Amino acid sequence: MGNRLYTLLMGLAPVLLALALTTLALVAVRASPGEAYVNMLRGAFGSTGRVADVLVAWVPLLLCAAGLLITFTAGLWNIGIEGQIVFGAIFTTWAARTLDLPTPLFIPILLLMGALGGGFWGLVAGALKAYGRVHEIFAGLGLNFVAMAFTNYLILDPWKRPGIASTSGTELFPKAAWLPTFGGAFALGPVEVALAVAVTVLVYLALRGTRWGLELKAIGKNIRSAFLMGVPTERRMLSAFMLCGALAGLAGTTQSIGVYHRLTPAISSGYGYLAILVVMLAGYRALWIAPVAFFFAAANKGSLQLPLQMQLDSALGGVLQGALVLFVVLMQGVRGRVASRQVDVASRQVDKEQ
Amino acid sequence: MDTQLVIALLASILANSAPLVIASVGETITERAGVINLSLDGSILLAAMTGFAVAFVTSSLLLGFLAAMVVGALVALIVAVASIELRQDQVAVGFVLTLLCADLSSFLGNPFVRKPGPAVGHLPIPLLDRIPVLGPIFFDQNPVVYLSLLSIIICWLWIFKTRPGLILQGIGERPAAAFVRGANVRLLRYAYVLVGGALVGFAGAGYSLSVKLGWSYHHTYGLGWIALAIVIFGGWDPLRAAMGAYLFGALGSLGSILQGVVPGVPTQVFQAAPFALMIVVLLLVSSQGLERFLTLFPPPIRRRLSGALRVAPPAALGTAFEQE
Repeated sequence: MGNRLYTLLMGLAPVLLALALTTLALVAVRASPGEAYVNMLRGAFGSTGRVADVLVAWVPLLLCAAGLLITFTAGLWNIGIEGQIVFGAIFTTWAARTLDLPTPLFIPILLLMGALGGGFWGLVAGALKAYGRVHEIFAGLGLNFVAMAFTNYLILDPWKRPGIASTSGTELFPKAAWLPTFGGAFALGPVEVALAVAVTVLVYLALRGTRWGLELKAIGKNIRSAFLMGVPTERRMLSAFMLCGALAGLAGTTQSIGVYHRLTPAISSGYGYLAILVVMLAGYRALWIAPVAFFFAAANKGSLQLPLQMQLDSALGGVLQGALVLFVVLMQGVRGRVASRQVDVASRQVDKEQ
Repeated sequence: MDTQLVIALLASILANSAPLVIASVGETITERAGVINLSLDGSILLAAMTGFAVAFVTSSLLLGFLAAMVVGALVALIVAVASIELRQDQVAVGFVLTLLCADLSSFLGNPFVRKPGPAVGHLPIPLLDRIPVLGPIFFDQNPVVYLSLLSIIICWLWIFKTRPGLILQGIGERPAAAFVRGANVRLLRYAYVLVGGALVGFAGAGYSLSVKLGWSYHHTYGLGWIALAIVIFGGWDPLRAAMGAYLFGALGSLGSILQGVVPGVPTQVFQAAPFALMIVVLLLVSSQGLERFLTLFPPPIRRRLSGALRVAPPAALGTAFEQE
């Protein structure tokens, strides 16, 4: 019984600690924590329209998290995922501006272009890692910044709005290139939700049930042993980067044809980095990324109320998310130390008895 | 070419690169002790915000710098505890802290956005600044620049020319051996991580109080990541790291000049250039091309060159050490 209470406390501790940190931050800027939390909850769940907006944020998070499961299984830190989202959006924008098709044909082509764009950028990061031995964290980061700069260039020059080159983005896509919605004031549509769910299930099955997934796992555990056992490590790592990039590109597509309907500098909205946190909090387990992504999307949307209602910065949502993951990781360590100390004590008992 | 212009350019490079130099030197120390502080980008942001905010509120630059150093050391301490005591992955903890500290800095710094505040004053050194050429470059600067130059020298001397520095190298390479020879690996790791973190914090404050005054969204834009890359590029040697920092600083300064000279090139090329350069330099030092290039030389020269171009990280970097 004491054991169950202990486990419960250990599970709750990160949540309480994270909330303590956000409360402290609110007090530091002389804001009312209660009012802030209420505003955040209302912002995420206050109406069906708001919940639909949370799901709109949930879709790209889930797509990216599913992709990251692949790279994490191979032991890789695909920080370049932000740039891969952006390149998916770039390729999609090109297609939306150059092609002219009816919607049922247009949407799949746009999604394909997004996957190609993201996959391409993922391949660059992967090649730098596999052939140039550049650590994927720095390769990814550098490529993120390059992708951002490229987007800014496209928005302000070749693809600028006729008349005024504006940093708010290109001109809107033709209506045929817009994702269909559930109707009314909802920005949410069936296509992207189905896509996100399907992708998550497919990634889960692929990682567990295919030889490719097993080889990725082997690479993640011990790349040298995997290599000696005959796993084509370079090719598998490249495929992991490409596939994760493709999924991130899909997220970029849904962002550009479902949310913004154009290319903007903020097209990735930090969803790539956030998805890394999602996967970490979900314990790298496929079954947990959907609910965790939902919670993070809710925190994101909820915190948008803070600048509107209280003149605070909406980064508090990010503080909550980051603090939660940090404390979960730290508590994991604490539990490990406590457990190993118990083993020490127990083994000393055994020695004494003998 | 107008020598006055070149001298002014070099002086401005030194001034603009000072925070990057200090951050790179600080992180070099931390990594020499075996700990990667991946939170650098976030902690520099948080330290920059703290430095500016405290200096703004208290009208004391000293308090601002001190507060920033405390913040930098604290964040580094979290990484150290998570690694040394709790045996968690340094990369994971560092990454989370990057995002957390960035968001904290945005949230807490909101009241200070775009407010004009205190700045570090100019402090030319009386006699030395009269030296032709070198004088205006090295001795006609602000205190942050002087401290950056001092930090390079002190760090280099400490690591390579003192006994404690030798122990530091040992802790990062083979902590077990250092422990057997009597070094308190755990305590020393904490100490060096705190020192490195304090330096990083100082660099952050140096940025918001002397290079890019004030506070705004994404104020230090990627500085921490570049510092981390510079440590690798510098082969964990503070002198080489400083050269890398000045290289990046030169790129920034040249960028603003070249933009005026070459009108056809879009500004975003200059925005992306530091990060593209980061990839290129890492590619140069990490790939096998360098080793193959070295085999072209006869052995004695090769040995000298590879010593200077060494890129192997401290062998125990990123690992936890169980001190019984």
